[in-house]
Amino acid sequence: MNGASLLDFARGPGFEVAVAMLAFGVVWRLVGILALRRPVDHSEPRTGWGWVGGLRLVFSRSWPRREFRERVLHWDIISYLFHIGYAVAILGYVPHILVIRNLTGLRWPGLPGGVIAFFAGISAAALLALLGHRMSSPVLRRLSNFDDYFSWLAVFAPLVTGLMAYYNMGDSYQLVLGLHVLFGDLLLAWLPFGKIMHVILFAFSRATTGTVYGRRGAAL
Amino acid sequence: MADETIAEVLEKRGFTRRAFLQLCATVTAALALSPADAAEMTRRLQSAPRPTVIYLSYQECTGCLESLTRSFSPGLASLIFNDISLAFNDTLQAAAGEAAESAKDTAMKKAWGKYLLIVDGSVPLPQNGAYCTVAGRSAISDLKHAAGGAAAVVAVGTCAAFGGLPYASPNPTGAVPVSDIVRDRPVINVSGCPPIAEVITGVIMYYTTFGLPALDRLRRPTNFYGNSIHDRCYRRPFYDRGLFAKTFDDEGARQGWCLFELGCKGPVTHNACPTMKWNGGTSFPIESGHPCLGCSEPGFWDKGGFYRPLSVPTGHWSRAGVIGGAAAAGAVTGLAVAAVARSRQDRAQKNRQSGTDKKNPKP
Ligand code: SF4
Ligand code: SF4
Repeated sequence: MNGASLLDFARGPGFEVAVAMLAFGVVWRLVGILALRRPVDHSEPRTGWGWVGGLRLVFSRSWPRREFRERVLHWDIISYLFHIGYAVAILGYVPHILVIRNLTGLRWPGLPGGVIAFFAGISAAALLALLGHRMSSPVLRRLSNFDDYFSWLAVFAPLVTGLMAYYNMGDSYQLVLGLHVLFGDLLLAWLPFGKIMHVILFAFSRATTGTVYGRRGAAL
Repeated sequence: MADETIAEVLEKRGFTRRAFLQLCATVTAALALSPADAAEMTRRLQSAPRPTVIYLSYQECTGCLESLTRSFSPGLASLIFNDISLAFNDTLQAAAGEAAESAKDTAMKKAWGKYLLIVDGSVPLPQNGAYCTVAGRSAISDLKHAAGGAAAVVAVGTCAAFGGLPYASPNPTGAVPVSDIVRDRPVINVSGCPPIAEVITGVIMYYTTFGLPALDRLRRPTNFYGNSIHDRCYRRPFYDRGLFAKTFDDEGARQGWCLFELGCKGPVTHNACPTMKWNGGTSFPIESGHPCLGCSEPGFWDKGGFYRPLSVPTGHWSRAGVIGGAAAAGAVTGLAVAAVARSRQDRAQKNRQSGTDKKNPKP
């Protein structure tokens, strides 16, 4: 398969399958989780405002508690750099916006290519650092399984190939672009089935935990 | 006649040495040759034997030949075709019918094994090639025969190089490019719909003096097809700054911003348009405000639409249908999984109450 046919496949049937898998997987997991029976808490509620705790936790968990700051803050910052860089590259680059417009009709102004490349570069460097940390920290290493590494790859591959396409690296632009779109397809298709699903589930899990503890009057 | 040199032919036709050097300068400039190579080309053109060129046309629109003969440097094209080398072209020659066929046969016989074969148009395969016949002979058998005596084959235009319009979906005639048929001779693809006139003549002159040029993976001469349109596009700074025309008559279009959003295929198209331009260097499509269609690339008719941006998905799937169907299937699966989980939750609950839960025995 040459670059041109790879690109055609990735933009055509490949993308279609990926979007279908994304829609299927996200709905499956959300419905599957939300339709579970919640355990009944027989204890006397300490407050009638448990859900406020839930709401608070969604945001407060986005920053380490004071007790842990010294140990993890720098990794949190690197993780933020990755997330922000990634979001800017996806949502700010005009060719990406055109894909979203094509699917949803929504559009917004894009950013210059150089700005995108800068954020994408930071994001890639942060991702590499995070992988290094995951593999070198004894605790994290034991906590990590195939899902973590595969998800990392699914996130990293479109990013590097996108940067390569932007800087015209590799001897066939079409091939690099085709690979970029194909890895993008893979990311969309894999998103709901692995840990990347946290992009949607983080709010649900934090809110659930927060509500349960809030009801019991725990400090959040 | 085959033993005459190009310089002798030109002299006989009344060309001065000055005119000859001018011709050489035009060609070497078009080829972007180094000064040393340019001098070498001039030297070789003087002593090179006059080449024989046979030009055959199959499923095509004659646009390539139009491009060639109506270019603003007709001097060059006509020099090459009228004065230097053309032994047969059924569109340009005066002879018709059997006289034409026998002229072709004679020219081919005389230079058998040595002539340069130029082909424009694709070749249909089904029904023994019945969809395209010339003088009662199918294109496929005509081409096979002609290629048998050629030193090299130049496929001029995207139809000959990659199938072009006849090859576009659903390809009703089962057309294929020349390189699918000619497998034992070097094939040079000079793609474009049409190719730039100076590119066609440049490739022929280069072949006459230096032999086969360096080719890319699609067998196009890297001299002309080495860069993408996007690489050399004067609107590139706007692309890099994220400034795009959104319609053909908005402020961005007036300011000359990048045409990517209007469907420009420049980033994946290799051709010499931005540097050599058209009509004797007047302009090229992007300069005139129209996005590149990608005409020098395989399958450019079927890339999902000339005015659809390159990044957007191709294909004509019913978006709502596919996404909605997938989401509905997801919901059903989710409910089924939740039902199973709920019944497990219930069982565990019951076991806990009756004290039979081994994992979590009642204290
Ligand atoms: S007009 Fe086309 S070729 Fe020129 S910079 Fe824009 S996308 Fe590239
Ligand atoms: S600008 Fe693009 S479509 Fe137009 S002639 Fe050049 S390669 Fe072909």
